[in-house]
Amino acid sequence: MGFRGQKIEMISDALKSKFDQVIAHYPSKRSAIVPLLVFGQDEIGHVSGELVEEIARRVEVRPIEVEETIGFYSMLHRRPIGKHNFQVCTNVSCMLRGAEEIMAHCERRLGIGHKQTTADGLFSLEEVECLGACCGAPAMQVNYDFYENLTPEKVDALIARLKKGGA
Amino acid sequence: MPETMTTAAPSAVTLTIDGKTVTAPPGTLLIEAAKQAGIEVPSFCYYPGMALQGACRMCLVSIEKMGKLQTACTTTVAPGMVVHTENDEVRNARKAMLEFLLTNHPLDCPVCDKGGECELQDAVFRYGAAETRFMESKLHHEEKQFSKLIYYDWPRCILCYRCVRVCDEIMDVNAYGVAFRAAHSEIIPNRGEKLECEECGMCVDICPVGALTSGTYRYKTRPWEMNYTGTVCNHCGDGCKTTLSIRNNEIIRANNRDHSGINGEFLCVKGRFGWDFVNSQERLLEPRVRRNGSQAPASWDDALGLAVERLKAVIKEHGRDAVAVIGSNRTSNEENYLLQRLARSVLGTNNIDHHRTADYASLVGALTAAGAKDRHATMAEIASANSILLIGNDPTQQHPLVALQIREAVRQHGAHLYVINRNRIKLAERQAAVFAEVKNETEALASLIGDSPSGELAALREKLQAESDTVVIFGSEIQGRDVQRLVRWALALPGRTRFVALGDYANSRGAADMGLLPNTLPGYSPVSDVAASARFESVWGGSIPSKPGRNIREIIVDIDSGAIKALLVFGSNPAKTFGVSKETLAKLSLLFVADLFPTETAAMADVVVPAASFAEKSGTVTNLCGEVQALRKTMRKAGTRSDFEILLALARLLGAAWPYRTPDDVLREIVERVPGYSIALPHLLVGGAVPTRPEGAPLALERADLVFSSGDSLFTSGSVSRFSWALNAPEEARRPRGHIF
Amino acid sequence: MSDYESYLKGSPLEVQVISRRFRIPNITSIDVFLAHDGYKALAKALKMKPEEVINEVKNSGLRGRGGAGFNTGMKWSFVPRQSPKPKYVACNADESEPGTCKDRPLMEYDPHQLLEGIAIAGYAIGSHQGYIYIRGEYRYLMDILDRAIAEAYARGYLGKNILGSGFDFDIATHTGAGAYECGEETALLNSLEGFRGNPRVKPPFPAVVGVYGCPTVVNNVETLSNVPAIILNGADWYAKLGTPKNGGTRLFCLSGHINRPGVYELPMGFPLRRMIEEVGGGIPGGKKLKAVIPGGSSCPVLTADEIDVAMDFDSVAKIGSMLGSGGVVMIDEDTCMVKMALRIMKFYAHESCGWCIPCREGTSWLEALLERFHSGAGLATDADTALDVSYNMLGKTLCPLGDAAALPTISIVKKFRGEFEEHLKLGACPYERKAVAVA
Ligand SMILES: Cc1cc2nc3c(=O)[nH]c(=O)nc-3n(C[C@H](O)[C@H](O)[C@H](O)COP(=O)(O)O)c2cc1C
Ligand code: SF4
Ligand code: FES
Repeated sequence: MGFRGQKIEMISDALKSKFDQVIAHYPSKRSAIVPLLVFGQDEIGHVSGELVEEIARRVEVRPIEVEETIGFYSMLHRRPIGKHNFQVCTNVSCMLRGAEEIMAHCERRLGIGHKQTTADGLFSLEEVECLGACCGAPAMQVNYDFYENLTPEKVDALIARLKKGGA
Repeated sequence: MPETMTTAAPSAVTLTIDGKTVTAPPGTLLIEAAKQAGIEVPSFCYYPGMALQGACRMCLVSIEKMGKLQTACTTTVAPGMVVHTENDEVRNARKAMLEFLLTNHPLDCPVCDKGGECELQDAVFRYGAAETRFMESKLHHEEKQFSKLIYYDWPRCILCYRCVRVCDEIMDVNAYGVAFRAAHSEIIPNRGEKLECEECGMCVDICPVGALTSGTYRYKTRPWEMNYTGTVCNHCGDGCKTTLSIRNNEIIRANNRDHSGINGEFLCVKGRFGWDFVNSQERLLEPRVRRNGSQAPASWDDALGLAVERLKAVIKEHGRDAVAVIGSNRTSNEENYLLQRLARSVLGTNNIDHHRTADYASLVGALTAAGAKDRHATMAEIASANSILLIGNDPTQQHPLVALQIREAVRQHGAHLYVINRNRIKLAERQAAVFAEVKNETEALASLIGDSPSGELAALREKLQAESDTVVIFGSEIQGRDVQRLVRWALALPGRTRFVALGDYANSRGAADMGLLPNTLPGYSPVSDVAASARFESVWGGSIPSKPGRNIREIIVDIDSGAIKALLVFGSNPAKTFGVSKETLAKLSLLFVADLFPTETAAMADVVVPAASFAEKSGTVTNLCGEVQALRKTMRKAGTRSDFEILLALARLLGAAWPYRTPDDVLREIVERVPGYSIALPHLLVGGAVPTRPEGAPLALERADLVFSSGDSLFTSGSVSRFSWALNAPEEARRPRGHIF
Repeated sequence: MSDYESYLKGSPLEVQVISRRFRIPNITSIDVFLAHDGYKALAKALKMKPEEVINEVKNSGLRGRGGAGFNTGMKWSFVPRQSPKPKYVACNADESEPGTCKDRPLMEYDPHQLLEGIAIAGYAIGSHQGYIYIRGEYRYLMDILDRAIAEAYARGYLGKNILGSGFDFDIATHTGAGAYECGEETALLNSLEGFRGNPRVKPPFPAVVGVYGCPTVVNNVETLSNVPAIILNGADWYAKLGTPKNGGTRLFCLSGHINRPGVYELPMGFPLRRMIEEVGGGIPGGKKLKAVIPGGSSCPVLTADEIDVAMDFDSVAKIGSMLGSGGVVMIDEDTCMVKMALRIMKFYAHESCGWCIPCREGTSWLEALLERFHSGAGLATDADTALDVSYNMLGKTLCPLGDAAALPTISIVKKFRGEFEEHLKLGACPYERKAVAVA
């Protein structure tokens, strides 16, 4: 068992070599903490206890220092989330163009609320701050993919596609 | 090499604060410059000696020609600067910051541990903002227990980051962090929900509010219901000053919030929490006497009477040399002085010794021989040294204050630390400029000062040659002739050198200084020195035997051989420390023990008397740097008597007429008679630490197994710690000794 | 990437300098870039003295496009060149200011232009390492930049001895992970060093003590993207594109209630009214304009009566707001301004780093207050309390995030006080009522 009794997730060799590459970019290893967390989370799905320890070891800091950083950044998740993370922007530009309706629509269709995950683990939903997609408002990101000029219909189509296993 | 490197003093800066002309060296922070001018700028996150945060914004002041208010804690003085700390704009800003702080702060002052000594409460009292316009519901988190000794209440936390910094910067433990952000920012411990650390409690102490509280003190009392007495911690040899808070004749808390004394606000886990042995249920509270094989309660008169009766019988039958005395590492100088007087001039024997944990006699002898008797470093001088050579020991575990001084020397002015040790001790890992990891410190010393030191030792020696001011600190690994060699060599280095020997306990140094040794009188004169003996004989009357007595190993052997028939033990547990068997002790006609607890030795005694602890008596102790400080009586423990009282009673029963009424009477005699102890009493009485300059003949150490350290950890303290809840409760107490937090 | 094409609607009023290559197919590939004057500016700069490069940029009147509008050449000149420490260029690609999405096309459609700008900046200040700090959400842009960087290395525009000049320069991308505050330059440096993104006490400024304690120039993506054109065409040419002390063009992101939302490159000082009406095509549904956020959510809002202003740093400042980051958000007559204030405050309360008291407590207090007020449970004193709390934050926080939260609130309470009174009177939001009535 890892940190806080979580299940230990494996870290792939590919990820490990990516870690080495990233660390080499900086004069100080700890600079790599956030990138490593992000790349690690991309592979594992969340920031696992093992990931924290692995990163701490690699950049030569104590686990608590990694832990401090994690808490600061809103994209890092300490617990598993859904395969498709719907991040709906409701900040001003999007709000003015119907973002709240999009958010409410997602809640209805996915049957979950802010920062929740569907029982099948397929979807998570999150209301997020400005995504830098203001001119394509209302917008959201599903994982790293942008979806803009959203309408409830577009959201429905996307959910249907993702449910079928589309990307 | 010049003793001090002179750099041209940068010219002072003159500025105006609240209309006063203030001069300060360049680089001085405004908040400090104001303080020097008697102007208090309030602050929470600013803390002298720790990193600047600029977080709490309480110290905002207005500076002419600057658009916005500036934080006095981060702004440095500039020539011609005109500063206002009390205009309307500043006052309003301060009030605003307090109002902000109180928004999510639970206003539970009446039940908060910190009520009455809370910096937030004080600031609101002074600067207003008690009435809030905050109508929203407060954020809440449940209180967390970080460890057995430390609790965290998030809603009360004002995020001044003092705890994080004190743990990182001062303690070098790094057990705290800050997690999350915005209004959800939170202090987190290093092991998930728990702290794993030295449990020094510095974080609790430094917390300006009631967010971090102590597991031993919380909810016990209110600050104004206690009496406060400054005294000296009774654990290790560093001699931290501590203020004991007493309520209903019971110690509730220890701290040093007034920053007085050699340790400032520092206390380690033993100092801050480990005094609770005093309150232990297992304290001996009545004398016990062995009759028909088993111990039974007895009156003081019966117990002392029986002891004296047996002593007299032994002397009569076997002679004075059949009596031996073992003294304590924790009793006061006055008590130690009287104990050896009892042995030498009442019982008439030099068979007196104690568990020597550092070879002070050799250090004093070597320095005297070299004409350098003033080269004992004080605790403060460790922190201000340019360079430190540390041989043996593990100060982080055994001498937390010395370790702190070493870290401060490195942190505050980049001192170089050179470590020679068989273990990868934390100071070696974290602070050392050069670390020579060796098999054995004694051999390493020989190599270091020999013709061709090898490897790291060569590098270390070369660097030391270039240092201007070095404090040499060594443990019990270096003793006897090696101390003499080390001192001779180090004094011949180009720079100035001073010395510290690391003795284990609160009065280890004082025990040696006061002559709890078979071959030296108080102040290290040989017992064979007629003139030195005369110094004492002239006040004690009678004569002091001039033949050295038996050392502790010989005493034990001769108990076994039957040559020693009566043994008096004060505050010591030789059965455990020296592994003296029950069978051996059973051979004695009299085993007399004065102690706080039913130790292994006390269990074998014919007469056991309950002694008073450090908190229950007055006197002085000498720390490992040779600094004398006053113990103050803070409470009474019914049934016990101080060793001073016990010794007085024994002397009387043995027919000696001693003139002392109080420990002060003894101290005056020490000051007058003991070489190097002619200290200024007024300084002592106001709580100061007064350095001594003992001198003595360079006597050879009789054998190699007389000086050794108990190797205590942060959580142990000889035979005492097992009677402390606080030193056993933390998880960390079960870590292997030397574990690095 | 998806719908991004819809951003580049184009307008005949545009003056395309940094966006001039946006529509060229495959411009992200170095060959295409080279065929369109790519890396010519770098070659030219490497033949100039570093001080000459700095002077050229200084004289061009290029001011920081990240928000504060500080003269870029001036900032570069603060780097102590004689310092023995390494020097760094940190490109701020954290673009998180609500209403702002201009750095995105710059990286997506012309990544080499940015790399070229960074390399020139590095040469000018004597640096050998640049970092591009990209907000975590912009992962696809990081991939684009990483590919461009690899190409530039392969062709010798990065790495050792660039174009035989003896100048060595490396660039690496660095991802953030969701924190607006990391766009603040000193917080960015902390984040780049692997710490929490808390800001640092200033002074010292990054140009003197930056990342790893070394002199560091922090510049926005758009700022650096302008550098190659300035070097190629000269300071005068660039300065003349804009207004006095406000050289060149800038990318404006029109969003909110506007017919043609998009990113447009317009000369500095372009009139706001024309921007709304002619470039953006006016307000949808023929509705009336109520307010405009002129440069991202940190700026005080302008009322419909205040839009006759030239969009340059000094002119907008003169009327009490800021040009900021170029995010121009139009707000129509049917919008509740209390709700706007609430949404803006919710953002700052979420993004405050929590380090200093007035920001941490002030933003969360104001969010709760506005939430309660907007929901109809307002008190008569709330508007004044909100004003007062904002003023208590203003100018008293460690970094400007506190101001960024206070300023829009102050402007909304002051300029739309009537809407606050209406909420009080109705015990509900009048606009939500209207919506219900219409539905
Ligand atoms: C809270 C806050 C957030 C900021 N976010 C950004 C940002 O996302 N991108 C950016 O370029 N500048 C941002 N800035 C401005 C930077 O601090 C800095 O001024 C800028 O990177 C300097 O580059 P420039 O001179 O090229 O504008 C922010 C400032 C503050 C106070
Ligand atoms: S103003 Fe203070 S709390 Fe807010 S983001 Fe800046 S430093 Fe952090
Ligand atoms: S004391 Fe200056 S900001 Fe806290």
